Amino acid sequence: MINKFLGFTPKKEMLPSQTVTPDTEIDLSSHKYQKIWLGPNHPGVTGNMAVELTVQGNTIMKAQTHVGYLHRGFEKLIERRLFVQGFPTSIRMCVAEPDTNEYFIARATEELSGYADAVPEYANWLRMLSLEMARLQGLLRGVPGQGGTFALGIGVQWGVYLRDLILDRFEELTGARVYHMFIIAGGVRGNLPEGFKARMEDNLRDIDDFIVKIKKLMFHNSIFKTRAKGLAVITPDMVDKFGIVGTNARACGVKRDVRKDNPYLYYDQLDFDPPTATDGDVYARTWIRWQELIQTVDLIRQIMAKMPETGDIRCKMPNVLNWKIPKGETYVRLESGRGEMGMYYVTDGSDKPRRINLRGPSYNHAISVLEHMLIGADVADVHAIMVSLQTCPPEIER
Amino acid sequence: MKSFIEKLNSKYVLQEVVYQRDDLVFAAIKKENAIDAITYLRDYEDFTHLVLMSCVDWIEDGKYQLLYLLHNPILKNDIGIKVYIDRENPEMVSAHHLWKSIWTYQREMHEAFGIVFPGSPRLKENFVVEGWDEIPFMRRDFDTHEYAEKTYFPRGNRKSNDPAEYMRKKLYPSQPVTAKQRKDDK
Repeated sequence: MINKFLGFTPKKEMLPSQTVTPDTEIDLSSHKYQKIWLGPNHPGVTGNMAVELTVQGNTIMKAQTHVGYLHRGFEKLIERRLFVQGFPTSIRMCVAEPDTNEYFIARATEELSGYADAVPEYANWLRMLSLEMARLQGLLRGVPGQGGTFALGIGVQWGVYLRDLILDRFEELTGARVYHMFIIAGGVRGNLPEGFKARMEDNLRDIDDFIVKIKKLMFHNSIFKTRAKGLAVITPDMVDKFGIVGTNARACGVKRDVRKDNPYLYYDQLDFDPPTATDGDVYARTWIRWQELIQTVDLIRQIMAKMPETGDIRCKMPNVLNWKIPKGETYVRLESGRGEMGMYYVTDGSDKPRRINLRGPSYNHAISVLEHMLIGADVADVHAIMVSLQTCPPEIER
Repeated sequence: MKSFIEKLNSKYVLQEVVYQRDDLVFAAIKKENAIDAITYLRDYEDFTHLVLMSCVDWIEDGKYQLLYLLHNPILKNDIGIKVYIDRENPEMVSAHHLWKSIWTYQREMHEAFGIVFPGSPRLKENFVVEGWDEIPFMRRDFDTHEYAEKTYFPRGNRKSNDPAEYMRKKLYPSQPVTAKQRKDDK
């Protein structure tokens, strides 16, 4: 049959094999394959990472993730700093939701120094509010961003505008827009400004409208449906094998959410049920995230309604310049917008941490999972798959 | 959790058992039993989710401490299996046959600490640094400050402060720095 693009009938060996597996033998000298580098600087790539693709026609035969373009050795640098000095360094490890890292260091140091129960209740509610706001601004970028990979660019612009409104609220709460340094050991750094809740409610109403609009734009769109349905399917048996967490696991029916499984702060007092789906494809993952957007807006409303009107924002802690923590180790975790995040924290009795190790969801999602998912996929779908897995290179390189 | 740890202790001798939280236990296992124990935990005790693999450099003891943190999604608890290996000749049995995600950690450990995991895929490939000819960068004896001074061109007008002393001056300008504090900072 004459190929309408090539204008002639291609020989059988010129066509991509129908079943591409990780074990497919690739001989570059046969001239049937081509290598393409996607990234490290490419508008469709999430952050600065590169994917080295070996393609046959449009079909990807092999993919390898390359990271290192953002490596600044944060974990090593924190080993040289006092506990309090770890905060501003650690938040740079995660651009998408930096508040999570503040929580990890605060929680780990409190736990290891015996102050875990001393943190005031009001401070813990403020921590929850800050973490949910971080999740919301991440989802406002992530959900329409998935549409962007299928050329639905207008949603991204709506999302960026609304995310900026949430960053405005962050600015009045913490004084900063992206890296907040709000959660500190012993509590939080400041109180809610006057009229904060009313202004936040205004923003949440705008986001309610956006949720309806983005549903029509993406989920009622035939191009989005046709391309995202059945693309890059994650099956339940892959979840533990590849270390898949968060929305990527919930989209294939594995209901895991740290907020429910190992509740931290006051999540057990909130009324919510993490959404799940069964298909496990790009469409299901986006659909779950869209539902999480609704849920996060609801959680922020619940937090603002249930939190005490006022209270102490931090407990008395040792002098940070002479703060020594006894030898010990712990692992603290939370549910970020991309899945389980955690930090392994080791102290040795000195005034500096012995070792910290961040466990970001992207560590597995962007390397072993992405490399597996891309085999047999079309070159045009790489960005969609990458964004649907919510890969974030800074938390791999640390 | 306690009864489970006792059961595990009778099967594989555990050392340094620490109940950090109700849902988190750390325990050390001998190097030769480690992969066996991890396989048992995965296959028979439902610790199916590998949360993290990490390494700590205890330079003063001449040892690396590897950590395999496993999560049980049914009982919602975690166990951290610690394995001490020799720092001079760091080698550990690879666990890449157990989880598809673990070879990435092993590749990182090889680059950052110089630990060898025979048979682990793509172990020698660069992970985050390219053309690195110093000692592995996460080892305690690698000095980042010295490396930066040596490698990068010195910038004029750049002043560097001792962080603790700078903060003390900023917070308590009237309080003189004592000899003891200066000694502590060092």
